Amino acid sequence: MKTIEKNKVITVALAGNPNTGKSTIFNALTGGRAHVGNWPGVTVEKKEGSFKYNDQSFSVIDLPGTYSLTGYSIDERIARDFIVRKRPDVIVSVTDSTNLERNLYLLTSLIELGVNLILDLNMIDIFEERKGEIDIKKIEEALGIPVVLTSGLKNTGIEKLKDTIIKTGGKNQGYLKIDYGPDIEKAIENVELQLAGINSPYPKRFLALKILEGDIEIIEEIKRQGFDNAVQAGVYETSKLEKEFGFDLETEIIEKRYGLIQSIVRRSVYKPAYAEEKLSTSDKIDRILTNRWLGIPVFALMMWITFQLTFTLGGLFADYIDAFFGWFSGLSSGWLKEINAPSWISSFISNGIIGGVGSVLIFLPNIMILFLLLSFLEDVGYMARAAFVMDRIMHAIGLPGRSFISIILGFGCNVPAVMSTRTISSEKDRLLTILINPFISCSARLPVYLLFTGILFTKNQGLVVFSLYTLGILVAVLSAKLFKWTIPILKGPVSPLVMELPPYRIPSALGVIIHMWERSSLFLKKAGTIIFAGVIVIWFLASFPLSAEYAGEASLAGQLGKFIAPIFRPAGFPFWQAAVALFFGIIAKEIVVGTFGTLFGGEGKLAAVIPVYFSQLSAYSFMVMSLLYIPCIASIGVIYRETNSWKWTAFSVFYSVLAGYLTAVLIYQIGSFLL
Amino acid sequence: MPLTYCKPGEQFQVTSLYGGQGFIKRLFEMGIHPGVILKVIANSGKGPVIVGLDDTRIGLGQGMAGKIMVKPLNIKEGVR
Repeated sequence: MKTIEKNKVITVALAGNPNTGKSTIFNALTGGRAHVGNWPGVTVEKKEGSFKYNDQSFSVIDLPGTYSLTGYSIDERIARDFIVRKRPDVIVSVTDSTNLERNLYLLTSLIELGVNLILDLNMIDIFEERKGEIDIKKIEEALGIPVVLTSGLKNTGIEKLKDTIIKTGGKNQGYLKIDYGPDIEKAIENVELQLAGINSPYPKRFLALKILEGDIEIIEEIKRQGFDNAVQAGVYETSKLEKEFGFDLETEIIEKRYGLIQSIVRRSVYKPAYAEEKLSTSDKIDRILTNRWLGIPVFALMMWITFQLTFTLGGLFADYIDAFFGWFSGLSSGWLKEINAPSWISSFISNGIIGGVGSVLIFLPNIMILFLLLSFLEDVGYMARAAFVMDRIMHAIGLPGRSFISIILGFGCNVPAVMSTRTISSEKDRLLTILINPFISCSARLPVYLLFTGILFTKNQGLVVFSLYTLGILVAVLSAKLFKWTIPILKGPVSPLVMELPPYRIPSALGVIIHMWERSSLFLKKAGTIIFAGVIVIWFLASFPLSAEYAGEASLAGQLGKFIAPIFRPAGFPFWQAAVALFFGIIAKEIVVGTFGTLFGGEGKLAAVIPVYFSQLSAYSFMVMSLLYIPCIASIGVIYRETNSWKWTAFSVFYSVLAGYLTAVLIYQIGSFLL
Repeated sequence: MPLTYCKPGEQFQVTSLYGGQGFIKRLFEMGIHPGVILKVIANSGKGPVIVGLDDTRIGLGQGMAGKIMVKPLNIKEGVR
């Protein structure tokens, strides 16, 4: 038993179902100041904040919203791991008071973990508005934990919550033990006996229960520790119980928990019938937007508007950014000359750093606008519905409805797109969604298309660019089919879609902007770190040996290009500049354009030089290659982090290179034959 | 009868669930279990079935909704 000393920071974790107002409580506690990072090893967002109250410092962690702690999804595993390994002083279980029975289910799991708990009945304002009554004392008695009423939205009850956190932090609570009835209790006891001496942060009873519930992660952990006997005992007890009583143990355990919750809620909560005779506005909108006839056209229209705005508005800003970096690069090189800096330093700063990073930042407006619009649609509540609207189409491809979100994000940047797959709970579906995402044409590919189409396809530029986007989608779909058909672990039916739908609401401008910024900053980080490093590598390869002309044939880059170039003969562009551009494009696709600029003696000369090297056909084949092979280093990095497997990362890299090469060759060869 | 046949606007009580373990468990944890009262919000025959559990709206694919068995119900009085 630990007591809180003065000056010690009390750690508080917020746990709760999705949509219970957990983040409003987080903001109310911390005043909205949050440090947003990632959970170690995964890219689920981790929100941390701190506050002071009565001379006491607190640190608050917002756990991912979950329905239970079974470990089915990454979110649940993170929440569970954090609770048992980091042992926060207090866990506040945030619940929606208007929907208590359902919300208390998670609390039962927390109780079984044996942590210090506070039950926060949030959204109490709405509950009271409906003339509901709660007997706090009765709930406190029944559960053995303090209960606080709050409204995160109206900022009430927060002081009380802080007081309760201080009071709860120091002591271990004695809670109720959830009684599963004599038969199951006997089974739990038998399994627990086999766990004697196990070294685990979890309570033994919790482990025993999870074995009986068939929790794969826990079972594997127990096996790793050599307690196979306990697992076998679990299997034995389960089949015995199931044979004897004809029920399914797992669901029986869940029902017992609900039974307990129901009896507590019935004793302590009065809820008048909520006169819901007429449908809420939100429900009416749902009838239209998820309608069998209107659903897909409405979705298509929304996406069309989104992309129109992204590219028209984004293009406006891009010109300014381009002009700014041109000016800045000139300014710095002038200044460097003045202070007599060696020419290689001057070249490093102007060509390498400013030029390189500038070429990436040009997409920032595009990406920010796209993510702003998508965040708006998400915060309004539409995206969740769209997942259902798209579910049937996605199913036909072999993907779950939710994966369309990552595909749409992919048009902005593949990095946040791959990260967004974490909301897909089935690992198999998630992996497949990640593997096809690199083929979605992100905004960094657009400048490559614009460069070539602007010079060689002036008459039907739009059509050619559109065909490339379509080709990307087509390759993604066919690859999904191929993977599903050939790779054993990706086989099997798509997991069905079930998801809570938040009510439609007008989001706060700030909320949408924060949401947009969280995604865009991933792109900026990529520009700041990986691309920056990449730019230095390019500059180095282009500058050395120092005797050679910058990025000339004799430079390291030129020699490398000459070595690779012959491979691209069947694709129609067997010269070293193209090979170098593609090679550097691995760092980031937009670098392809900059590289051509450098290699052909300045971006101003490209209009004259490109037609000398490329025909329409070989330019198209080159654009196809640019579209399909490895999106960029950052995307490789994120694929590794999200799949947590070098094998799948390597597979994705090789597959995309191969797909790009073969498609480019195919197009060039067929084209040459026909034309 | 399966939830897929339920008209929007009416209330139903869940009687049983069919399907794989993971599926049933997921629904249970989200609050859809035998005995619970649902209101069908939207169901156009294709596309999702949206059900209401108090204030919460849960979307289910047609396939999933077909595995949830319900009986019609009309509750007007308060639940204590």
